[in-house]
Amino acid sequence: MSYHIVVCGSIVPDPLQTLEPVAGPGGPALKNEMMLPAVLDPWAAHALYEAANLAKAAPGSRVWLVSVGPKAKLQQVMMHVAQKVPFELVVMDGPAGGFVEAADTAAALAQAVEGIAGLEKDRLLLFGGWSSASRGTGATMQILGELLGVTEQFQGVDELRPADDGSFEVKERIEGGGYLRSRCAGAPAVLGWATGNLPEPPNNPQVGMQNMRLIMPALQKARPAAVGAAGVAYKAVELPGARRQTRIVKDAPVDDIAREIVEWIKG
Amino acid sequence: METLRTLPGDDVRQIMWRYADRFDIQMAVQSARSIARSVVARLVADGARNTHEWTARKAELLKAFDESGLTAIYMDPAEGGFIEGPKNLALALVAMELAWVDGGAATSALASCLGLAPIHEKGTAEQRAHYLPLCTPPQPGEERTCRRAAFALTEPLPYVGVDTGILGGKMRVERWDEGAEPLLKIEKRGRFITNMDFADIVTAAVESDDPRIKGSCMVILEKDDPGTFDRGAPTLKMVHQLSSTRDPVMSLTVPASRIIGGYDVVDGVIVPRFGHGEIIASVFHRTRIPVGLMTSAKLLSAIEPVIRYHRQRFRGGAVGEPGSRRHELGLQMNEDALQRLVDVWATGEAGCSLGLAAARLADRFDPVEREKDRLFAEQGIKGRKQLAALKDSQERALEYVRLKHADGQGDPARLAELEADTLVRFVYMDALAGVLNPATKLWNTGVGATVMREAVSLVGGYGITEDCPGFLCHKWMDSQLEATYEGPEAVQRRHLSLTMTNPVFLEALRQWSAGLRRSGAEGATALAGALDMWLWTLDFLQKGADSEGRKLYHGKRQGVSFPLADALGWLLAARFLFEDVVELAAQAPGSPVLAEAAPGLAAFYADLACVQAARAAGEAARICAELVYGYGCADVAGGACDDAFASLRQGVDKALSGARLAKDRAAEALTGVMIPEALDYPL
Ligand SMILES: Cc1cc2nc3c(=O)[nH]c(=O)nc-3n(C[C@H](O)[C@H](O)[C@H](O)COP(=O)(O)OP(=O)(O)OC[C@H]3O[C@@H](n4cnc5c(N)ncnc54)[C@H](O)[C@@H]3O)c2cc1C
Repeated sequence: MSYHIVVCGSIVPDPLQTLEPVAGPGGPALKNEMMLPAVLDPWAAHALYEAANLAKAAPGSRVWLVSVGPKAKLQQVMMHVAQKVPFELVVMDGPAGGFVEAADTAAALAQAVEGIAGLEKDRLLLFGGWSSASRGTGATMQILGELLGVTEQFQGVDELRPADDGSFEVKERIEGGGYLRSRCAGAPAVLGWATGNLPEPPNNPQVGMQNMRLIMPALQKARPAAVGAAGVAYKAVELPGARRQTRIVKDAPVDDIAREIVEWIKG
Repeated sequence: METLRTLPGDDVRQIMWRYADRFDIQMAVQSARSIARSVVARLVADGARNTHEWTARKAELLKAFDESGLTAIYMDPAEGGFIEGPKNLALALVAMELAWVDGGAATSALASCLGLAPIHEKGTAEQRAHYLPLCTPPQPGEERTCRRAAFALTEPLPYVGVDTGILGGKMRVERWDEGAEPLLKIEKRGRFITNMDFADIVTAAVESDDPRIKGSCMVILEKDDPGTFDRGAPTLKMVHQLSSTRDPVMSLTVPASRIIGGYDVVDGVIVPRFGHGEIIASVFHRTRIPVGLMTSAKLLSAIEPVIRYHRQRFRGGAVGEPGSRRHELGLQMNEDALQRLVDVWATGEAGCSLGLAAARLADRFDPVEREKDRLFAEQGIKGRKQLAALKDSQERALEYVRLKHADGQGDPARLAELEADTLVRFVYMDALAGVLNPATKLWNTGVGATVMREAVSLVGGYGITEDCPGFLCHKWMDSQLEATYEGPEAVQRRHLSLTMTNPVFLEALRQWSAGLRRSGAEGATALAGALDMWLWTLDFLQKGADSEGRKLYHGKRQGVSFPLADALGWLLAARFLFEDVVELAAQAPGSPVLAEAAPGLAAFYADLACVQAARAAGEAARICAELVYGYGCADVAGGACDDAFASLRQGVDKALSGARLAKDRAAEALTGVMIPEALDYPL
């Protein structure tokens, strides 16, 4: 069984940067957002590595990375990401910040996926992050699946094990540190990945140079995405009402600290 | 007023250093950065530098370099690499990324390239085809190990060091059967040889100890050749401990086909086609550029940790609530702390501008040099005749320099004609490279080491501890090695004292000075004045004699030529920073990423360039004055020369007007610039 794996993912500011919300001309934004170095959203990155791994094990498979994001910054991030694994890129040019509505992004992604030439829906696995480092709603992939009519959905995925008959087993994270194992009859399906099991592949410029042959034209062809945060205003932000008074105790055992926190939560 | 918003990222660097359209190089940079800030930084943070020995943990570096394409970066795609064409800029940027965290790691990455460089530059086609792929990591599915190379020139005392002519390494004919390849016995002891813990291949400089071999050469030795291949004692070095250095002893028998570049048999004597001097000149001509840049990268790497330390210095204490100046700015409340960091920053930028200009020139020069060699071979022009042909091209090269800088006023058809003339371009580029390359190695490392000390000072006591964020103390110490290996400062000064008098280079300098004046940029007039003063001083010293009638500018008179070379380093670095700042100001507004921040970026960098120009002009003026007046020449004792020099010097001084205000603005910018929450590599 070979797959057509579409990984949805875009860029987020490098996690070490200072993120300061400001009111920009196009709605809420981060201070100096364009100037801050960006990385591929870590959740989506896990999905991409898993996709490449699956494609390698299932000859004849193809991997696309579909991104709604500012193409100039995306190009910069590709200089790193393109070296990791082989893929083809599809770009919709538009903002990718944490203030964009998940439904808008999902609609733009749906449009991009529909436009992929040669994509076969009966082999389609829609991969993405179960969350995003810039916006943790966990909604984009779900809405995208619905828009594309792909209703087999799994979220918080850490493992996908394909069987010879085209079915596969999925391990999803659930509450309380537990896992749910499900068997799915086959593609198409949506998988929102948690961390997966794979380490970050080392950079391989040879893979990068191969990928760039398709990536640069894809960036040049990028169509504008109708997404944004225009008109959105944040009236107020509040911290949780209950605050714990804390104190410093030298050499306190971790068990004691944990017990005290649990008691406080139980109230 | 608009000023710097964030620390300059890749978008800024790609414009300034001109690789915005080179994806292969951008990828190499990303690859090197991810290794530097993970594997390398972890090794340093875990104290792996605290041993002279090469350890299994240090060897992880080689694996990381292999896996991420850095080992193969030196090779052409046909040999297993991924960058087409010359790779000087790519190697320079990779070295900078690694040195950003640790200089020894950068040395390790470059050392195998240095070991192979003699084969790369002067090896026969067979030698290249055999050895370069051997030293490329295996591709998936290939069953072999990656071989590594070392470069063995330096020898135990009293032989090769700065003086590379006094070789202790010897070769003799061991056996030469009729019609067969001669077998040579090679005796070579090395001192301070990098990569020696694991090198499989050593390119060694030796000279003949046998009437049947002529002169000297470099020869390829392999660890399994018959005889002794003793890796020797580790060097007890206190710097660059993430590289391997030992004093090997080799006594091996090898076929004469290992002579790099091959040999001819003339009247029963083996005549190597290249003497060792010719090979090392061609190798070092290129490999010294990345070394200079390593020190400059470290200066730039110090900015972020110093700003963070300064801002956070008083946070959490009893005095200074969040929102107060003490809390927000910490040590940045003090003008001196800010201004000294501006100096560190400007020095780092200027070094990078100079070194990367040299690296780009080297990339452009490589094909021109090959084309020149091809032309000469085609026309059968050899030896002295080559020199004569090049001398004949000098006038045209001078015309070319003038037309190139005529700012659209010259004759474009003539410019195009000269541009198409290989010998003209060769003479022009050779003149520039002959100065820019040693100037990078000399100025970036020597001045860089001193300025790195300032960076260490700015972190106080923490600065000289092992756990100083950004490893600043290590970086300071390491700079001393960068100033030493591949030819210490004396070697670069000696080299410059010969090349900096080349008329084509001097014409370029005149044109640069005129260009600076035309630019109207702040500080540019001071720098132009200093360039004019330097040119005047050189001319004066070349013609003049001291109070005892002894010639002033003379090969033996290092007291004259060496300081003048130092002064030139200052001036060139400042000049190339201006050039990069002009490029940034021109390109940033058109970049979707930088457009919004472009005015602030341009303003800040213009201030940095002005700060550096002022400093450079001051250094040069001081040196020139000492040389002009210091030898008690009759010409300057109140005579016409006195007036000429004094007015040049006064011009420089007066042109400093506003330079300190630029420094004030740059310093102020440091109080507001956004920095990340934490360093992106471990402490
Ligand atoms: C860690 C490390 C790694 C190295 N790796 C290698 C390697 O891989 N391969 C290799 O071949 N070598 C290597 N070297 C050797 C290095 O290149 C030499 O140390 C360097 O060239 C200087 O030689 P020297 O130490 O013998 O200094 P010397 O020749 O003794 O010179 C000492 C000083 O004397 C002065 N001086 C000497 N000659 C002159 C002169 N003509 N005019 C003016 N002043 C002068 C200068 O101040 C000079 O710095 C390495 C060295 C170190 C420390």
